[in-house]
Amino acid sequence: MADVTASDGALRRFLHGLPGVDAVGLQARAAALGTRSIKTTAKAYAIDLAISMIDLTTLEGADTPGKVRALCAKGIHPDPTDRSVPKVAAICVYPDMVATAKEALAGSGIHVASVATAFPAGRAALPVKLADTRDAVAAGADEIDMVIDRGAFLSGRYLDVFEEIKAVKEACVRPDGTAAHLKVIFETGELQTYDNVRRVSWLAMLAGADFIKTSTGKVAVNATPPVTLLMLEAVRDFRAQAGIQVGVKPAGGIRTTKDALKYLVMVNETVGEDWLNADWFRFGASSLLNDLLMQRQKLSTGRYSGPDYVTVD
Amino acid sequence: MSSAFDYAPAPESRAVVDLAPAYGLFIDGEFTEGTGGDLRKTVSPATEEVLAEYTQGTADDVDRAVKAARTAFGKWSALPGAERAKYLFRIARIIQERSRELAVLETLDNGKPIRESRDADLPLVAAHFFYYAGWADKLGHAGFGPDPRPLGVAGQVIPWNFPLLMLAWKVAPALACGNTVVLKPAETTPLSALFFADICRQAGLPKGVVNIVTGDGSTGAALVAHPGIDKVAFTGSTEVGKAIARTVAGTDKKLTLELGGKAANIVFDDAPLDQAVEGIVNGIFFNQGHVCCAGSRLLVQESVQDELLDALKRRMATLRVGDPLDKNTDIGAINSAEQLARITELADAGEAEGAERWSPACELPGSGYWFAPTLFTGVTQAHRIAREEVFGPVLSVLTFRTPEEAVAKANNTPYGLSAGIWTEKGSRMLWMASKLRAGVIWSNTFNKFDPASPFGGYKESGFGREGGRHGLEAYLDV
Amino acid sequence: MSDRLSVLKTYKLYVGGKFPRSESGRVYEVTDAKGNWLANAPLSSRKDARDAVVAARKAFGGWSGATAYNRGQILYRTAEMLEGRRDQFAAEVADAEGLSKAKAAAQVDAAIDRWVWYAGWSDKVAQIAGSANPVAGPYFNLSAPEPTGVVAVLAPQESSFLGLVSVIAPAIVTGNTAVVVASEQAPLPALSLAEVLATSDLPGGVVNLLSGRTAELAAPLAAHQDVNAVDLTGAGAELAVELETAAADNLKRVLRPRAVDWTADPGTERLLAFLETKTVWHPMGV
Repeated sequence: MADVTASDGALRRFLHGLPGVDAVGLQARAAALGTRSIKTTAKAYAIDLAISMIDLTTLEGADTPGKVRALCAKGIHPDPTDRSVPKVAAICVYPDMVATAKEALAGSGIHVASVATAFPAGRAALPVKLADTRDAVAAGADEIDMVIDRGAFLSGRYLDVFEEIKAVKEACVRPDGTAAHLKVIFETGELQTYDNVRRVSWLAMLAGADFIKTSTGKVAVNATPPVTLLMLEAVRDFRAQAGIQVGVKPAGGIRTTKDALKYLVMVNETVGEDWLNADWFRFGASSLLNDLLMQRQKLSTGRYSGPDYVTVD
Repeated sequence: MSSAFDYAPAPESRAVVDLAPAYGLFIDGEFTEGTGGDLRKTVSPATEEVLAEYTQGTADDVDRAVKAARTAFGKWSALPGAERAKYLFRIARIIQERSRELAVLETLDNGKPIRESRDADLPLVAAHFFYYAGWADKLGHAGFGPDPRPLGVAGQVIPWNFPLLMLAWKVAPALACGNTVVLKPAETTPLSALFFADICRQAGLPKGVVNIVTGDGSTGAALVAHPGIDKVAFTGSTEVGKAIARTVAGTDKKLTLELGGKAANIVFDDAPLDQAVEGIVNGIFFNQGHVCCAGSRLLVQESVQDELLDALKRRMATLRVGDPLDKNTDIGAINSAEQLARITELADAGEAEGAERWSPACELPGSGYWFAPTLFTGVTQAHRIAREEVFGPVLSVLTFRTPEEAVAKANNTPYGLSAGIWTEKGSRMLWMASKLRAGVIWSNTFNKFDPASPFGGYKESGFGREGGRHGLEAYLDV
Repeated sequence: MSDRLSVLKTYKLYVGGKFPRSESGRVYEVTDAKGNWLANAPLSSRKDARDAVVAARKAFGGWSGATAYNRGQILYRTAEMLEGRRDQFAAEVADAEGLSKAKAAAQVDAAIDRWVWYAGWSDKVAQIAGSANPVAGPYFNLSAPEPTGVVAVLAPQESSFLGLVSVIAPAIVTGNTAVVVASEQAPLPALSLAEVLATSDLPGGVVNLLSGRTAELAAPLAAHQDVNAVDLTGAGAELAVELETAAADNLKRVLRPRAVDWTADPGTERLLAFLETKTVWHPMGV
């Protein structure tokens, strides 16, 4: 498929040749999947799965090492009263907090994910974005969550977006030849159309994205079920065509167990078992974890839990 | 789908439905015994469990019901439209209040998934009454003259595939226009109509305005042949529709028929494919394919055939077949042993005629009536499964190369109820829509229904429209 | 008074835009109201009826696909042609129905006016019979009428011209094509109308006119599987029952016979009788 990225024109023709998306049909399918009733054993399984897929996130200007260390502790043992609760997949922070997180998570097996490339707007010169990336990788980041240049994408400069992702991908390579996993954030809320989401998904996968991610969590519209469904269809079709599996990460706005279960049903019925683990599907979230924990307590004790019985950091 | 993430059973409780052991006929505002003394059993098609007994209405019972409706007609038709409207609004609201109970009941008696009776049938039933309630006092503005008059007594015979929804399609416009009705529900699904009688009671509907006479085909035949009715409305098979048309020939009875179909669902190579797959699945597997407007013939452009069929098979493999009361069931039970036999016979004929049969791996329950979602490829226009209405979860796949060929194949049927078009090109969609000889065209969607949207067929799919302003005409003397 | 011997007209059928004799090779005698011989009219056979249906079906695609404006213009042109032959029709109607010259002329005038009235409906009927449907979802939903197809019309027996025009015009103005069985006793105005239609830009086959025994012709038409609708106006009560029964075989749309005052305002009933409502759904989304 290398020829489709040979020129701006070739890339444009390829992306615009992808099947269109009917918005109403896509939304209807996402809504229908949302009506699945997940009970008892299936619910217990799904709650633990969801916990294990969380990129527990703090991306605030007010973040401090203390805040990050607390979050890391929570990620390792989400419920201090119940050691059977699985750990989360990663702790997601700004680049300057990577070292702190790395240290706090040492030996836990939890990844450190760092946003980069002038997150969340992505409005910086390429050398700055690359330096941002290298800095995070050097500090020990296992995963890099980059943002694309939405301005370039919306104005049709697809090859620019493609080259930038490739450059960041190269910046993820460590001196020893291994590389941090690259998640590419589209900020789908700014892309406006589902056709754009399908095109940008393919563009990012062609450029080498390990994961495609919906949102920064910093704009009005973040992850939605239809957008995530569409991205799942894209990774499914990309693997069928290119033989490469790519992960999916909805981020922002997923706060309840009910929401998380809907996403897992969507994964289950769209791409299936191969994506149903933390290597291939993540939730970018912060408050979701506590709701999952309360639901988990309810399931094991039969009583409804309350916010005083989960930790707030 | 993952075997690890195995959805646990999520059955809807049936405790919400209180079934009597036996039901009489609802005539002149009360349940009465039939004159024939015969009771029939209605079973759950998912388990073959007997749900209740009901009365086999005789010609004498029909006569009583028609007389009651005739007596009620005078006062009912003389009521100000606004008063009739309020009765219908009451009915709509009570249906909403009792929708869970009615959804479970419908699923028990019909075998359709609770997800559909809950999310499709019941909301549409309530909406239909709500819509026509609003017309009752506005008939003079409907384009049928300043003061259009009702016809009188309507004899209505409805099918088993959407028992309560078909009742709503018949009863709501009839009552809004000032008619009274005698309704004969299908012999395998009488229960929701009998519960509707109770809703009429709760709504305080004057006695005799709605009469429900249960029974088999002979009861329906007695009703449509009764000289005391002014209108016949029938939804069901084309064969029975023709017999009814012969029965009413030469009378003054107004007739509307909503009959069979063999809809083409046409997918062009520029279609939104993921949504097309959903539309195909919804088109043929919704309600086990027991849908007159089902998209039972998939016409796919040859250039996209392989890609589409791969995607379709992958999607079919995720369909969950089983207990209709389970909230995660996509495909429920076939409504009756008789219907199962017919589907089986036609599917076997498809194989015998050389089409290639495929079904996803799926385990069917041991008791009850079941048929796995089935796909036939290599079907030609000459095959029986491309011409005859299967009325089951069986999709015939045919191909085409050009839009002209698609239109020619789509129209090459005595039916003309519905058709689907999947393309991202607007001008082609509109061209196709204008060429297809069918009463409902769904483009980039399928099996959508709304009380405001007229529904009905061309050619042997019947005549007259149900829904919308058009649906009033069937119940007015115009 | 000249003693010149007039040239008599050989009346023929009108099928597919041509004027054939009956395939049967037979004619029947048409007389005026007093029993005087007027002409020999073709005695159409079942095969003539079949040929007429084939012609009507062949014409349906083009005629129903023409713009409504175009159909309106063509029908208006027909009215212009009728006006030019007003006296001829008045004479034929007077003979056929035993009317005075003045009364026959009034019938012809009314018929021409009616034709004009229907011509104007071509591009309006969809606006009174269609609708935009506000469904509860993100869908564009529109209903519009379309012609039913091939309509077999049994023209009224009594009103040989005004009645005839009143049943043909509403059927074809909306895009249907028609096989018309003329009044059995008074077919000559109908056969002359064919000459007008043939010179009015109306595509051949849109209207096909047959003379002969109504019952003989109606039976195969009512049973014909490629006829979509029947107008039984010219059938007696007993025949109508038979025909409606036969029409059920392919579920033809049936307009039952009933007493009609042809001079009265016809309303839209006949226009709407041979229309199908097509409803189109399309999602609205970006």
